[in-house]
Amino acid sequence: MRPIIEVSDLSKTYASGTAALSGVTLDIREGEILALLGPNGAGKTTFISILCGLVTPTGGTVRVGGNDIIRDYRAARSLIGLVPQEISIEMFETVIGTVRFSRGLYGKAPDDAHLEGVLKALSLHDKRDAKLMELSGGMKRRVLIAKALSHGPKVLFLDEPTAGVDVNLRREMWAVVRRLREEGVTIILTTHYLEEAEEMADRIGIIDKGRLMLVEETAKLMHEFGRKRLTVELAEPLTVLPATLAGEGVALLGDGRHVRYDYDTRADRSGIARLLAGFAGEGIAVRDIVTEQSSLEEVFLRLLEEKV
Amino acid sequence: MNWQAVRTIFSHEMARFWRTPWESLASPVVSTVLYFVVFGAAIGTRIQSVEGVSYGAFIVPGLIMLTVLQQSITNASFGIFMPKFVGTMYEILAAPMSFIEVVMGYVGAAALKSVIIALVIYLTALFFVDLPMAHPVWALAFLILTAFSFSLFGFLMGIWAKDWQQLQFIPLMVITPLVFLGGAFYSASMLPPFWEGVAKFNPVLYLVSGFRWSFFGQADVPVAMSLVAVAIFLALGIGAVWAIFRTGWRLRN
Repeated sequence: MRPIIEVSDLSKTYASGTAALSGVTLDIREGEILALLGPNGAGKTTFISILCGLVTPTGGTVRVGGNDIIRDYRAARSLIGLVPQEISIEMFETVIGTVRFSRGLYGKAPDDAHLEGVLKALSLHDKRDAKLMELSGGMKRRVLIAKALSHGPKVLFLDEPTAGVDVNLRREMWAVVRRLREEGVTIILTTHYLEEAEEMADRIGIIDKGRLMLVEETAKLMHEFGRKRLTVELAEPLTVLPATLAGEGVALLGDGRHVRYDYDTRADRSGIARLLAGFAGEGIAVRDIVTEQSSLEEVFLRLLEEKV
Repeated sequence: MNWQAVRTIFSHEMARFWRTPWESLASPVVSTVLYFVVFGAAIGTRIQSVEGVSYGAFIVPGLIMLTVLQQSITNASFGIFMPKFVGTMYEILAAPMSFIEVVMGYVGAAALKSVIIALVIYLTALFFVDLPMAHPVWALAFLILTAFSFSLFGFLMGIWAKDWQQLQFIPLMVITPLVFLGGAFYSASMLPPFWEGVAKFNPVLYLVSGFRWSFFGQADVPVAMSLVAVAIFLALGIGAVWAIFRTGWRLRN
């Protein structure tokens, strides 16, 4: 199946000479959630802005649903909804009013039934006649999503949807995004919350200094780049780690009751069996074992290190 | 053409006009009535007539033009500056609209507001003075063309302006002097010859003169020249707006 978005060799150099994007090539599959991950200033917002028509690229091409975003901009943009990073709304407008306005801009005939459905899905329906200034921060963000969905787009861009929002609201946003995906909307979100990308995305693209360094299935990325940590809880505290157990990545923690072992999941031999056999050989009783996957943050930092 | 989008922006802008009737309609009317009281009644009684027209009637076309220029620029610049200021501009830029459609929405609404205000001032003036109307169709044509041209300038200004000060600057520092020196309150022929020559470089003179001609059948400059002047304004405005949307200046940076 043809990708819904085809980005080829996309570049943007600002008038100041700053290269915000260089040679980004990427296919986005219909119906997936793609997270673009990268530090501040990596080029994530520039990338989204070009795809949505807010910024003119200096090189490369983008097709949305097969339509070139410059030549066939009407067809391309009709397929897109954009939720910006900042809460940008007219405070005196009502919820239904601003959603109607957005739909109108896309050339769609008024359809309050559709809009009411969108508002219901975002739990905004009882606020339909409220002024935007009366809403909470979380509701305002949902209004932005409602505006972006007002014309029934096939692709939704969310630029840092959960930047600066509390944990509850973040979970709520995630639930909204998942529901949209179930309806078949392709979702591209940028984030620098690594947990968010890991939690949400089917694939993760990592952008740094305007370059797309990697695009990978989330699970595969975690598997390939993930480190794991094994923590062994001992029945009796130790003062020193026996020499037979010592090795790379093994450490006795300060309380003497825990031994920590960091290992690479990509290695042929993880070394777990050797370590556990070591405990048995020394006659040390083990009370519990915990393993933890390293966070995407660690994956990200490691990837950057490896590329350097 | 995305007519739905044009209609959406147009009605959104007009809604603001009707939502604040006092600011939109009453204040220009009140200030115009004050002009009548001061220039028409107080000073006007000392001036018998200008080229056979009573002074109170003579200043009406100039006053209407003064208000139309100011209102067109203010309304159009405010209309497009607001989304820039609030941050909702992203929606306009991301929508499947051409520059012509965006301009038609914003500029069309701003021009219509000015025309409505002009008509209200005209009706108000009828209470104070006897006003002939020699060429009503031309009067309307001048009015609409001027409102549209200067709404375009206002639109440009709204795109150019980076803050509220800049937004206020041109209407205050450029348009008001040009209108006052453009023969709103006097005929250019009343000026000494040298200054009459200087006044001919003021573009607003041609608008006021042409508009006044459609009331009284007499003008400072030939009517054809007034028409050419309006056409030039319009062309300049359209050209500049087109260039801005093509290059994305101050919009798609």
